[in-house]
Amino acid sequence: MNISRRQILILLPASAVAWKSILAGTPEAASNYTMSDHWWGMLIDIPKCIGCGNCVRACQMENDVPDGHFRTWVERYHVSDEDMTNPEVISPDGGKEGFPVAEEDSKKYFFVPKMCNHCADSPCTQVCPVGATFVAPDGVVLIDPTYCLGCAYCVQACPYGCRYIHPVKEVADKCTLCYHRITKGLTTACCESCPTGARQLVDLKDPKDPIHEFLKTHPVQVLKPQMATGAKAFYNGLDGSVR
Amino acid sequence: MSALKDAGHLFRFAGLFVLAFLLFLVIRHFVVPPSFGQYGHYRGAAMGEIAARPVKFAGHEACEACHSDVADAKKTGKHAHVNCEACHGPQEKHATSDDPSATKPQLPDSAVLCIRCHTASAAKPKGFPQVNPADHSNGMPCDTCHKPHNPGMDAGGTN
Amino acid sequence: MNGVEGFMYPNEYGLQWSVLIVLYPYITGLVAGAFILASLERVFHVEAVKPTYRLALLTALSFLIVAPLPLQLHLGHPERSPEMYFTPHSTSAMAMFGYVYLWYLMAVLVLEIWLDYRREIVLFSQSSKGLLKIVYSIMTLGSSNISPRSLAIDNRVGWIVTIIGIPSAFILHGYVGFIFGSIKANPWWSSPLMPVVFIFSAMVSGIAGVMVLYMAITKLRKQQIDMRCVDTVAMYLFYVFIIDFSLEMLDLIHRVYEADESFRSLNFLVHTQLYIPHIVIQIFLGTLTPIILLGITQVVHLPEIVRKRMYATAGCLTLVGIFAMRWNVVIGGQLFSKSFLGYTTYKVGLVSKEGLIVAVFLSILPLFILWALIKLLPPWPGNSEHAPAVGD
Repeated sequence: MNISRRQILILLPASAVAWKSILAGTPEAASNYTMSDHWWGMLIDIPKCIGCGNCVRACQMENDVPDGHFRTWVERYHVSDEDMTNPEVISPDGGKEGFPVAEEDSKKYFFVPKMCNHCADSPCTQVCPVGATFVAPDGVVLIDPTYCLGCAYCVQACPYGCRYIHPVKEVADKCTLCYHRITKGLTTACCESCPTGARQLVDLKDPKDPIHEFLKTHPVQVLKPQMATGAKAFYNGLDGSVR
Repeated sequence: MSALKDAGHLFRFAGLFVLAFLLFLVIRHFVVPPSFGQYGHYRGAAMGEIAARPVKFAGHEACEACHSDVADAKKTGKHAHVNCEACHGPQEKHATSDDPSATKPQLPDSAVLCIRCHTASAAKPKGFPQVNPADHSNGMPCDTCHKPHNPGMDAGGTN
Repeated sequence: MNGVEGFMYPNEYGLQWSVLIVLYPYITGLVAGAFILASLERVFHVEAVKPTYRLALLTALSFLIVAPLPLQLHLGHPERSPEMYFTPHSTSAMAMFGYVYLWYLMAVLVLEIWLDYRREIVLFSQSSKGLLKIVYSIMTLGSSNISPRSLAIDNRVGWIVTIIGIPSAFILHGYVGFIFGSIKANPWWSSPLMPVVFIFSAMVSGIAGVMVLYMAITKLRKQQIDMRCVDTVAMYLFYVFIIDFSLEMLDLIHRVYEADESFRSLNFLVHTQLYIPHIVIQIFLGTLTPIILLGITQVVHLPEIVRKRMYATAGCLTLVGIFAMRWNVVIGGQLFSKSFLGYTTYKVGLVSKEGLIVAVFLSILPLFILWALIKLLPPWPGNSEHAPAVGD
């Protein structure tokens, strides 16, 4: 340690930058994971979602999500074709145990899984007063739990309601896109456990990613596009009534 | 300048500010984490810490490495793309254990598991196979007729 | 779900920001408003309000000392709050808090009070005994120079500090308005008018606060209330109130006229849960009634005793009304879902860390601090008990 500090004092300021990197260490991902090679997102295929709640349960198990809070959840919409602006929406316990049986009627039903949209222009990271939440170089929006003050400003700033304050740790928490999995070549817990393939991880920097191909060849939407958040959770078949 | 003499107290006040500022700089040097600012306005080491969190779901490739027979049975059926842990739950411990038989996963109860997806509801997509459990099987467990890994009735086989 | 009506995103059921976060802008608003009143005399030479000058500064300081407390109690990790000084995030309005607060406390308020009181501080350090003598001596910073020249320099510098202090006061409170006004996710908050409304309502609350305090303290001291002073303060209160009310009405009218996607949800909220706090308390009792009372005193000549009663009533109603305004912004903005399909309720705890008892305590604490400051630095000449007892 002392030796490298002495060297820094002798060498140019450029070496100070190198010193920072040395001290920081590299992310404990797989040794062949380079952040700048990836730009992560998710595809959610509405016509395929059956509202089974597997994703909500799997996320809770994988990430120790506290009860009553959700890193992902499923909403069920019941929409009349005459009035799309007044949908009936339910999400019992986030859809964790599925949904009650619906009776056939003249209106349409569908399920909408929701999660952090890992926005490229995220309004939540913009408002963090200390830099505890950020957009990582590979496009995942993360929270540093050792630095977060728990002020909840980011929770207020998220238009999608995907953040919460962890009741025990008292810091902000949310979907991490299973960063600890995707950096090791696995997929997210929600995608892994979805029985119908309604949720699929996508790497927007990988031209060979079949989901990336899907995004290029199908019309997809994001939630609240008017907010211009650069959301990267893309929805196939998103109805206009979805809030 | 006598003006300076009469303003001496102001210089003392300013001096307090300067002292406080210098003290602040010193403290800051020691307190700000070393990796802060490495990639942006955040602690660079945070990503590594998050990436090092424990995995609970092994992923279907890990399962298929050993259970290739099941993988083959699934391949031709309707559950081909239903991953193992979607029904069997997180199995990282089992997949990475020295003695997998000691951490054998509990077989899911078909009475609870199957109806979660397959109970008929007007809310589910029309093309999705769904039945009214009470009418469909008269109380018999689902795996009486359907093999979970390849559930089609025409798949044949009692395995 | 208890208290939830309609549909809310599952993470939205509980409120994030409590009554303490309502209290914080209220307190900094009083600070900014009191300071603006003080600057009326110092910079704009409104002689008539001079009797309130020192009281306004001490009031501002008392409330400013308490201001960070509700924030600290709210944070999940208050021990990490120095991070706002070490690594403030330049895109976050909230990150300004540490520096703006420190600047306003030390470079504006403490400096101005020190410069205005320096002569008395030096005299007290010589005439008092015991612990007080030590306190005063430290406050002199070791300089006993109170020659006319030095006092003239103090006066000049103090004038400059007040000039700088006016925009500083606007930033101290305006940035809080921007914290809310810049959140595009929340349509109740998101508005370019928000910082301006906050500043003007701050001035209203600060002026009303000092006016009420001056009248109350003078009465307690069994002295004569300077009516010329109070008449002038009330006049300024009236005019600032007109501006504040106009701004709030502009926001309301604009909202109703444009009727964007959030309007139906917000409109329902204002007619149900927010009806009492917003329509009844904030608008009718807290704004229209004081404006009418003050307006009457501006056009009709009334006897002194009637004017005093009206000023006191108007002042107290104003203080309640501006608190209600903060409540309606902070709490109101969290009662509806960002899906615009549902509502939740806010139950203030009684004994919890962010509960009612704490809120009441934090509201009264500045008055105790003010009492101590008045004892230490008497605002009024002729308070010739200059050698307070040892260890007072």
